Amino acid sequence: MMRGVLPLIIFAGIAVAFAIGLTKDPRRMETTLINQAFPPFALETLYEPEKTETEALLTGQVSLINVFGSWCVTCNVEHPILMDIAKDKSIRLIGHNWRDDREKAKQWLARRGDPYEIIIFDPDSELAIPLGVVGAPETFITDKQGRIRYKHSGAISYEDWEGILKPLILSLTLEIEAQ
Amino acid sequence: MIAEVGHFCLILALFIAVMQSVLPLYGAHKNSQALMEFGDYAARAQFALLAACFIALTFTFLGSDFSVKLAASHSHSQKPLLYKISGVWGNHEGSILLWVVMLGLYGFLFSLFSKRLPTELRARTLAIQGLLAVGFISFILFTSNPFERLFPTPIDGNGLNPLLQDPGLAIHPPLLYLGYVGYSLAFSMAVAALISGKIDRDWARALKPWSLISWSFLTLGITMGSLWAYYELGWGGWWMWDPVENVSFMPWLLGTALLHSILVMERKQNLAHWTVLLAITAFSLSLVGTFVVRSGILVSVHAFAVDPARGVYILGLLLVATGGALGLYALRSKTLVQRAEFDRVSREGGLVLNNILLVTATATVFLGTFYPLLMDAFTGDKISVGAPYFDLTFAPIMSVLILFMGAAPLLKWQGDSLIKLKRFGFISLIVALTIIALSALFGKSILGGIGLALAAYLAYGAIKALNNRRPLSGLSKSLKYNTLAFFIAHLGMAVFTAGAVIMSVWSEDTIGRVKPGDSLTVAGYEFTLDTIDGGQVSNYSYRRGYVRVVKNGRVIDTLKTEQRFYPVRDMITTEAGFHFAPYATVFAAIGEGTPEDGYILRANYHPAVVWIWLGAFMMALAGFLSLFGLGAPKGRRENIRQKNDAPAGASLQHGAPS
Repeated sequence: MMRGVLPLIIFAGIAVAFAIGLTKDPRRMETTLINQAFPPFALETLYEPEKTETEALLTGQVSLINVFGSWCVTCNVEHPILMDIAKDKSIRLIGHNWRDDREKAKQWLARRGDPYEIIIFDPDSELAIPLGVVGAPETFITDKQGRIRYKHSGAISYEDWEGILKPLILSLTLEIEAQ
Repeated sequence: MIAEVGHFCLILALFIAVMQSVLPLYGAHKNSQALMEFGDYAARAQFALLAACFIALTFTFLGSDFSVKLAASHSHSQKPLLYKISGVWGNHEGSILLWVVMLGLYGFLFSLFSKRLPTELRARTLAIQGLLAVGFISFILFTSNPFERLFPTPIDGNGLNPLLQDPGLAIHPPLLYLGYVGYSLAFSMAVAALISGKIDRDWARALKPWSLISWSFLTLGITMGSLWAYYELGWGGWWMWDPVENVSFMPWLLGTALLHSILVMERKQNLAHWTVLLAITAFSLSLVGTFVVRSGILVSVHAFAVDPARGVYILGLLLVATGGALGLYALRSKTLVQRAEFDRVSREGGLVLNNILLVTATATVFLGTFYPLLMDAFTGDKISVGAPYFDLTFAPIMSVLILFMGAAPLLKWQGDSLIKLKRFGFISLIVALTIIALSALFGKSILGGIGLALAAYLAYGAIKALNNRRPLSGLSKSLKYNTLAFFIAHLGMAVFTAGAVIMSVWSEDTIGRVKPGDSLTVAGYEFTLDTIDGGQVSNYSYRRGYVRVVKNGRVIDTLKTEQRFYPVRDMITTEAGFHFAPYATVFAAIGEGTPEDGYILRANYHPAVVWIWLGAFMMALAGFLSLFGLGAPKGRRENIRQKNDAPAGASLQHGAPS
């Protein structure tokens, strides 16, 4: 009897996982990180291994941090949009190059264009883990005090940019200036 | 108006599906001939209505009727005709409708071509098929109505995502769906057989054509998808282990196991448990595939519609269908045919191992695809799994599989001994060592050598098995379709393996900034950017580079590569220029740049990449070929059934002479 029920039990386990998975929208931010300070880090930049950046990079102005990797399929799709955002010049773009190979990442960017002002190189997930990165691409918006104000998982679409990110960035800029 | 007709047809189809799922089931229970036969008529009427509904939707796209929301958001009056048609299924609603049309198509075909089956089994199968249709038609009607109107009517449509404007898209999803959805019949037949509690050789024989058709189309669909991704997305990869690729690959792996289990079952009436469970799980994984793409549960490029409400609905369908079927199995598993003892060293033993390995491979892919989700669900940990995991786990399993795949067809169905394979093993070993030595010496890769040796060994095994079954000396004896199909499928796998190995070990690429006249060199090929021009085509403008490829002073080809700009979607895509050739495919892709600074150019050398698809096409062809083998004269088949040990129409039969 036991043997016959076994497939059903396995399936039940998987179904429960799916059901729980459904309640967690992979594109939505963990509420715990919102309005928290960006996790501290000290990482090399992609182009200059001798140069180290820390979370201090984020204070002073509104930034968009984009997690990407040359291995990431969806990043290919997102990339032209980031290029357009960079042209827009309404925000500083910071790349978070995750679990990547330095040379491959440089090639990837050479091939497609580089929208980022600074790129943090994070091959061993030192920043990605405290940041709660599920998969690339992901995008974070921080305010002038370096607090995370928004997280977007998956590729940004033009609708996301025009409808959510751009207005948010504008309001963040104004909010700080009013203080 | 046409949209309303389509909507109405869909509602009618739902009603018919409800009746199709209830009446024949009741009829089979009460032994009422008329009620059981109702299933046939219902299946046909249901298909006719669904087809009409699909045609209606196609008309709204062709006529650029932008008062229909779906056409407005996915079509455009300036779009070429082919893409107006393929745009119908290039979106969530349309593709689910296509899914349902195919579900209806399979029910329709079953009602036409399975007259020889026992009436109860037919009636129950069609009832289960109807039940699936109820689930999916109501899914469309309640969560994703393709005929929804839009007010005010926009002047023009949004256009189809440029990435999807490609002939590859026109055929990839329909082929894939023909495969996916085909397993619905295997599922329905398995559940029907579980209800009647009779799972025997005849049932397996009836299941065979449907699992062959599904498997062949699935093979074609996955292959076309891989080709499409390769040349359209221009990532230079033929397989990315993307979740959506994985979910189409899992039913394929299980479908392959199913085919081989059926062979054992129709021959020896063994593996009933395997066959039933594989039929159920192959379709369940097709459902999971739909669930994954539609729910956005895993983030992927392919997921063009993301809506958790739809995910909940499909999860519900999965729960009812798979949960119900497995529950039924739990109740009935004791009454299924008890497995007779089998010899470890025999073809049957080999096929059991084959099943175990294929299921392990499926589990590996499943785990890699869903591990992030499972971890998140149970521990809250966030992790992600990439291609390295799959390369590390999948390749070894496949290597072991190939080891058995080469030798098993050489064994007798029962009571064989490995001593007979001594010569075969010895020759294989020598050839393998030679290949590995050559590869280490000239190709600087031992791993590549091992892969190639496996491919050669597999091809050798297939040729030897073919020779055993129909000796080359006896050319006058006609070759059976089944034997031929076995040979082509296994040889195809060898070709595929060789291509995949060569491609992953010896491909090269480079990238650089070039001005017209400059060149890049890869693997002895010189890529020269000759000229650049630009222009405007119906729905995009482009910049085109002409890249001359020269090897050893001989011009191979002039590649045309484009960067396209689609104003409607405000998107830029790159069209790589390809030169496909049997041994070395080269391609170039042009990127951003200006006349002053030069343009980014990527040059690729991909040896034997064509073999990958060639091998896959061979496998699909073999699947279709063995369908012809089913048409063996009936008298002979009856005859065979009486002589228990004689061949029984299986493609892996006629082993070594006993």
